[in-house]
Formats: sequence, C-alpha cells, structure tokens
Amino acid sequence: MLGPVLETLIGGLLTGVLYSLVALGFVLIFKASGVFNFAQGSMVLFAALSLARLAEFMPLIVALALSIVIMIALAYAIEFLVLRHLINQDSIILFMATLGIAYFLEGFGQSIWGSDIYKIDLGFPTNPVFVLESMFPGGLLIDPTELIAAVICAVMVLVLAVFFQVTRVGRALRAVADDHQAAQSVGIPLGQIWLMVWAVAGLVALVAGMMWGAKLGVQFSISLVALKALPVLILGGFTSIPGAIVGGLIIGAGEKLSEVLLAPILIRTFDLAGGGIENWFAYVLALLFLLVRPQGLFGERIIERV
Amino acid sequence: MRAPTRQQIAAGEVLLSVDDVSLAFGGVRAVTGVSFDIRKGEIRAIIGPNGAGKTSMLNVINGFYQPQRGRITFKGQTRSRMRPYEAALGGIARTFQNVALFKGMTALDNIMAGRTLKMQRGFLWQVLRVGPALSEEMENRLLVEQIIDFLKIQHIRKIPVGKLPYGLQKRVELGRALAMEPDLLLLDEPMAGMNIEEKEDMCRYILDLNEHFGTTIALIEHDMGVVMDLSNRVLVLDHGVKIADGTPAEVQADRAVIDAYLGVSH
Repeated sequence: MLGPVLETLIGGLLTGVLYSLVALGFVLIFKASGVFNFAQGSMVLFAALSLARLAEFMPLIVALALSIVIMIALAYAIEFLVLRHLINQDSIILFMATLGIAYFLEGFGQSIWGSDIYKIDLGFPTNPVFVLESMFPGGLLIDPTELIAAVICAVMVLVLAVFFQVTRVGRALRAVADDHQAAQSVGIPLGQIWLMVWAVAGLVALVAGMMWGAKLGVQFSISLVALKALPVLILGGFTSIPGAIVGGLIIGAGEKLSEVLLAPILIRTFDLAGGGIENWFAYVLALLFLLVRPQGLFGERIIERV
Repeated sequence: MRAPTRQQIAAGEVLLSVDDVSLAFGGVRAVTGVSFDIRKGEIRAIIGPNGAGKTSMLNVINGFYQPQRGRITFKGQTRSRMRPYEAALGGIARTFQNVALFKGMTALDNIMAGRTLKMQRGFLWQVLRVGPALSEEMENRLLVEQIIDFLKIQHIRKIPVGKLPYGLQKRVELGRALAMEPDLLLLDEPMAGMNIEEKEDMCRYILDLNEHFGTTIALIEHDMGVVMDLSNRVLVLDHGVKIADGTPAEVQADRAVIDAYLGVSH
C-alpha cells in the first residue's frame, strides 16, 4: 500500500510544482499592483503558442530566446497601451483591464499562431524512471519531464524570491501596491515597476507554458490551468512567493492523494459512482482555508482599522 | 541656521513660481489663472473655503494634475507641467489630506521608502548585501532613525501603519516626506482631524523644520489660528481664483477674504 501512495504523492508534488509556477505569475503582479491578473492564463497560452510555432522553423533554443523577447515586448505593450492610463484608478478597474487583456491575448494568439494542438518537444527523456526498487516491489515510477520541470521551477523561485524580497525593489513593489499616489510622491517610477513585474510575469508564464505544453500539448485548454492556480493562491496567500510554492505542492499532492485515498472511502460509504474528486478537491480545500485563514499560509495579515 | 526674517524673505530667492495656471476637469474649473510664488525658507500657507482649489494647486505643483494653461518654474527651470517623478527628483515632497501611507508596511519601512531616490546602488550589490549597498543601507537607515527620533515615534517603528491611530499616521507620513530631504515640503492639511495636543506637536515640528533645517514649506490648513501663527505669507483661493496674497495681517483685513469666509449678500 505504501508504495503506490508514495508514488502518487511524488507525482502529485511534481504536478504541484507546475501549479506553483502559474501561481507565481499571479503573485508577482498582485504584489506590485494589488490586482488579480486575470490574463495570467492567457499569457501562459500565448507564450506556449509562440514557443511551439517558432520551434517548428528554428532550433528550440533560438525559439526560446525569441519567445523571451516576445514576452518582454508584450509587457511593454501592456504597460504603454493600458496600465499607464490607469494610474490611480481603483484596483477593480485594473482587474477589468486584465480581463480585457486576457480575452484579447487568447484571440490574438490564435489569430497569429493558429488554433490547432501543437507539440513542444524539449528533448527530455520521456520514459518513466523507476527508483528505490530495493525498497518497494517494482520501485516508484517517476516522470523525468516533471522532475526536470520541478528543478527548473525551484531555481526560478529562488532567484525571484531573492530579487524581490531582499532588494529595495521589494519595498517599492509593496509601496506601489498599497498606494499609487503616495508611491509616486516619493519618486517611485510606477511605469518602470509595472513594466518590470509584467515582464517577469511574462517570463514565468513562458516557463509554465513550456512545461505544460510539453506535458499536455499546446492548446486552448492550457489557459485554464490558471484556474487551478486560484486555490493555490488562496492557500499560499496572494502576496507570498514561498506561499505560491507551498500552496502548489499541497494542492498538487492533495488532489492526487484524495483520488487514491479519499475516493474509495466516499464510494464505499455513500455508494457513489466515484471519480472526479481531483476536479473539485482543490477548491473545497481552498474554501475551507478561506474560513480559517483568509490571508493564506504566508500572506500579509489583513489589517482593517474601524 | 536661523530662520530668515520677514524682510529677508520678501527680498529672497524664489524657489517655485506658478504663473497663470488653469486646471479644469471636463467643464468644472478647479483653478483659474492663478499666479503666486514660494520663496526659499518661508512658510507659505494656502487657505480658502472648501472646493477653493487648494489641493488641486498642490497636485499641479507635484505633478499629479496636468494644467491646461500656465507655467511652473521650479529652481529656475520653467515647464508647462511637472511630472511626479521629476518633482520628487527635484526635491518636492508632500503629505496628503487623507493620509496616503503604505498601510501594510511598518512605520520604519514607510519612512525608508522616502529614501528611494537617494539609494541608487545596483541590484546585484543589494542582493548580495555587501560592499557599497550595505553601507548605503546603513547610511540611509541612520538618517531615517534621526527622523524617527525627531518625530518621537521610536515606539511604533515596527508596527504596520494601518494599525496606528490617525494622529500617529500623520506623523509617519511627515517622516516619509522628510526622508526625501526635500527642498520644498507640501503639507495638505497636516492638522486635520487632530486634537489640540496633537496639533500643537505638529506646529512645533513644522516650525522646527523651518527654523533649524531651513526647509521651505507650503501648507494648506483650515485652522486660522495655526495659519496666522505659522506662516510668513498667505495665499487665499476661492472658487479656483486667487482673491488675496500677502502677510497674515494683510490677508486677515482683506475685504474679499472676509466675504469669502463669511459669505456676502449679493
């Protein structure tokens, strides 16, 4: 029994890392503007489409470099065309703007890159690896692509955490999120800060899109991965980079384990048809969390003076 | 440094001058054809009834609002509009009518945010926390601690400002503005909502700043007693138009000012 459970746990954790990666994009923009960026999923799709189609004409590494340029250009366009004009507006206005950006990007991405299913071949070994064969009969099965994705994600997280939390930029980010005018009055350049976080969020989206694309194929449904990032954010806290990681791991492991451990019990006890737990478990977990700890595991305490 | 006397200010160097500035939002005129100047070292009050355009004037000076007409000359440089970043870089700091602090951050971090433009070491140094970046952080921290001592807010340094009572928030906000080592400090109703004791403290700080550090201050205030005590010169706005400009005594005796405040039958 332990062997399969452990195997499920590892598989869940590795998928969870990919959730974290998407959630990270949300956290970055939320930290710098207090806005939930609805377009993050579309950015993942757009980045994955760009990479997949470019890689058809050129070596992967060149396509990747070009995609990076595209994502930075996209951040610049968003800052120049949209955000710049919304300084000092309520965060609900900024949220609506990201809604618009989301649908535009989805449509625009498919207009230029096409709407079929495309493949991204990262050249990683695809055959599953078996480990710890001496301890468990048959060993534990691990997907090497997911393992590599997890390592890449871990490195990105470390770099970002250092970049945003240790430097003066971290202070500036929090300042901008709290009050635009006040931030401007001390000379924090709003435009530059936004440009920077959107560019970094775009790069995170690119990595997430690359990994999900390699796993599932590049198609419209990739943008829906963003919906899985929601419970991750609620668990980890909207403003915390480590929170996005831990939240992703918990959700990833939790939904896979629930399928293996919880489903049989539910089926037996209530005589259900079973299945589908993976689809709702994360959201129920998030809901419970909202009741107990609305700021998430690592989020900043919600302060309200009355 | 001694505070300049009235005669010195009257002959003094002009730090900022606003020339024929008009600002409208759609059809609503907030400021119409206003000209005035602020001289180095003075405390300049801007008064007027509600909706007179006082805050709009401050917002034009530090670049939040873009006037449709007029010119702004600051430190000898004339332009048709200020940008918030340029204003901050040039040494204009401000506080806000309704306290605009970074609520989730501690008082210390809020005031440190005022040092943003003075800390320019590269990212890499900051990340590594060595060399120039470390000494830079220390130097700036030292100055910020001095400001904290000056404002007597040592005990709340590590408390997120959202939790502080209003009077202390106003003090932290002043601290953040001071951390910019401003040449021109704009205070938008620094004493609004304060009790008498807090008002007296705030008056003391404003006078100290002006006398000991020679900071030029422009302030909007409704409390006439405070305005008359503190300021060297008073600008009076009503419905976006300048109706008087002079010493407190002159302004107090002005017919148009009395009418604006007490109302007049037409």
